Amino acid sequence: MTGSGDVKAAERRLGLWLCAPAAIFMVLVAGWPILYSIWLSFNRYDLRFPQDQQWVGLENYLTVLTNEFWWTAFGITVLITVVSVSIELVLGMGLAIVMHRTLVGRGLIRTVVLIPYGIVTVVAAFGWFYAWTPGTGWLAALLPDGSAPLTEQWPAILIIIGAEVWKTTPFMALLLLAGLALVPDELSRAAAMDGAGRWKRFVKITLPLMRPAIAVALLFRTLDAFRIYDNIFILTKGAQNTGSVSIITYTNLVSGLNLGIGSTMSVLIFITVAIIAFIFVKVFKTGTPGTEGRR
Amino acid sequence: MRGLIAYVLVAGGLATVLSGCGGGGGLTVINLYNAPQENLSKIVERCNELAEGRYRIALNTLPRDADGQREQMVRRLAASDPGMDVLGIDVTWTAELASANWILPWPDDLREQAEKGVLKAPLETATYEDELYAAPYNTNVQLLWYRTDLMPEPAETWNDLIKTAGRLADEGEPHYVEVTGAQYEGLVVWFNSMIASAGGSILNDAGDRVELGKPAVTAMRQIRDFATSAAANPSLSNTQEDTARLAMESGAAFAQLNWPFVFASMVGNRPDLAENFAWAPYPGIDGPGKAPLGGANFAISAYSEHPTEAFDAALCLRDDESQLMAAVNDGLPPTIESVYADPAMADPYPMRDAILEAIKTAAPRPVTPVYQNVSTVTSALLSPPRGIDPAGDERRLAEQLKDALESRGVLP
Repeated sequence: MTGSGDVKAAERRLGLWLCAPAAIFMVLVAGWPILYSIWLSFNRYDLRFPQDQQWVGLENYLTVLTNEFWWTAFGITVLITVVSVSIELVLGMGLAIVMHRTLVGRGLIRTVVLIPYGIVTVVAAFGWFYAWTPGTGWLAALLPDGSAPLTEQWPAILIIIGAEVWKTTPFMALLLLAGLALVPDELSRAAAMDGAGRWKRFVKITLPLMRPAIAVALLFRTLDAFRIYDNIFILTKGAQNTGSVSIITYTNLVSGLNLGIGSTMSVLIFITVAIIAFIFVKVFKTGTPGTEGRR
Repeated sequence: MRGLIAYVLVAGGLATVLSGCGGGGGLTVINLYNAPQENLSKIVERCNELAEGRYRIALNTLPRDADGQREQMVRRLAASDPGMDVLGIDVTWTAELASANWILPWPDDLREQAEKGVLKAPLETATYEDELYAAPYNTNVQLLWYRTDLMPEPAETWNDLIKTAGRLADEGEPHYVEVTGAQYEGLVVWFNSMIASAGGSILNDAGDRVELGKPAVTAMRQIRDFATSAAANPSLSNTQEDTARLAMESGAAFAQLNWPFVFASMVGNRPDLAENFAWAPYPGIDGPGKAPLGGANFAISAYSEHPTEAFDAALCLRDDESQLMAAVNDGLPPTIESVYADPAMADPYPMRDAILEAIKTAAPRPVTPVYQNVSTVTSALLSPPRGIDPAGDERRLAEQLKDALESRGVLP
């Protein structure tokens, strides 16, 4: 007994040693920038006024959290996140079931479904941008003359959501497909024997068994969607109140050269993302697929 | 086999890197970063010949839009990049780059050469806190461009324009006046000119205090009145310089407020309309107006490894001959007064006396390190022009500008 215990402890130590380089590397490349931006967020640090740099405590947070532009961007981001992730979940589930059930041409279907996800977001966003530009675009040509949807707030937001959904539904479908594979066929067949219809079997058997996979897919996509940047940057650059929190952060940090305010915004995004993750893990009990049974 | 391919690739890569380092055989390379200008390379070639081997200017072209140009420059300057020497900067960036210690003040002897014969207004756009931070290259000024068949006598005030538009609308003639009303720098240019015409300014001369006040309210009211009149194109809130030019060339408008580039375009695209196409001073509120002032200057990066050569190169790029080339080949109005008298200017610049006259009273934009904030919040607040609430927006703008001056401003 003791012998195996020693071996275990030794293995554990070896494991820690093997992890150490990666952990140290992570601290250097991720930890330090995070700490630096937290430090910056407590300072007046404006590259345009190098002589006025000073510690200001929580003043930057007060400024950002009482600013209407920030809350507009926050609201837009939440809206885009909630709407696009909801649509993606429904569409993704549909695609996952199709991919799961198909008997012929399975490889081909899976490949086709994954194409949007394989295209670089910026390239796809340019595709949408030109498609919706009056004069050159095939989609803009379908609209009445004189309409420029990307120059108006709500049409632009719908286009952004559309681009986002088109792009990431395959990712959602892929994660859900993995979950579908966990549902044993026998259960479904047994339920069918007991007289449960397709819908009832889906709701009562497939969905509950897929719950861990759904939760993981939602978590990944929510965190991703909340940080949306590239689609908006190409489509509207955040004009007409279509900017997300990441866009407004970039504007203040890079265009505005105000490292204090900009870092404050990035810290706030970091905190929000952490809260979203916390809610998913604690409230929805999200784990990695398969850990549920072992708990 | 794979090993061999890898070896060839690595060797090829190394060769490229090495030849890149040795390029020019030890000759000092001065990197010029400038906005796209079609025939700038001819000016660069001329200066390279004049340098007689002391250095060679390499022309690097920045993105087409002003925001993209500024962003690329400030990102590299913030990283202390020594790869940029001479920077072609917009007139509104001088204070920002100077205050951040990213561009060098011109030493006295060179400053004297850079300032010689230069018109006062463009010179001030290159000056910050009594130091010269850039050599004036080209200037620009907006004029009123109109159709003499529809408006025989040019309007002197905005209310005249509105009245003429009303008359033309009643007669069923084209009755729009095109002006840059979209939410971008053009709207700020317009507002800044209006507030100057009303006898005020956005910031004080030192650029450290908000002025606005009554003249701002007057200016905002005039912009809103125009935007809700028959003179305003329904797409005013989407109009930029080029939209305005096209609207006038298409025959939808009887006048436009725009830079002189519209003249050559009208002559080229619509010779029939060009016959009745004339220019007049920028309209005012009660009397003569103060025209918007634009242009670009050459600054030297503080991280340049060859400042002496860079100053010399910048001086050549903006001398009389270079400015004449820029004016004739690319339509950029000179900053050196004597260049306007050159016979070669007569043909491309029939309006050169009007430009010279307008430059003398033109309204420069605020000189402040936080110009980016001033511009962004101003255009956001005033857009769309027909929805301006003069008193309320003046108060809001004053608050946001005050925050920006204290680094507490948030950009939308």
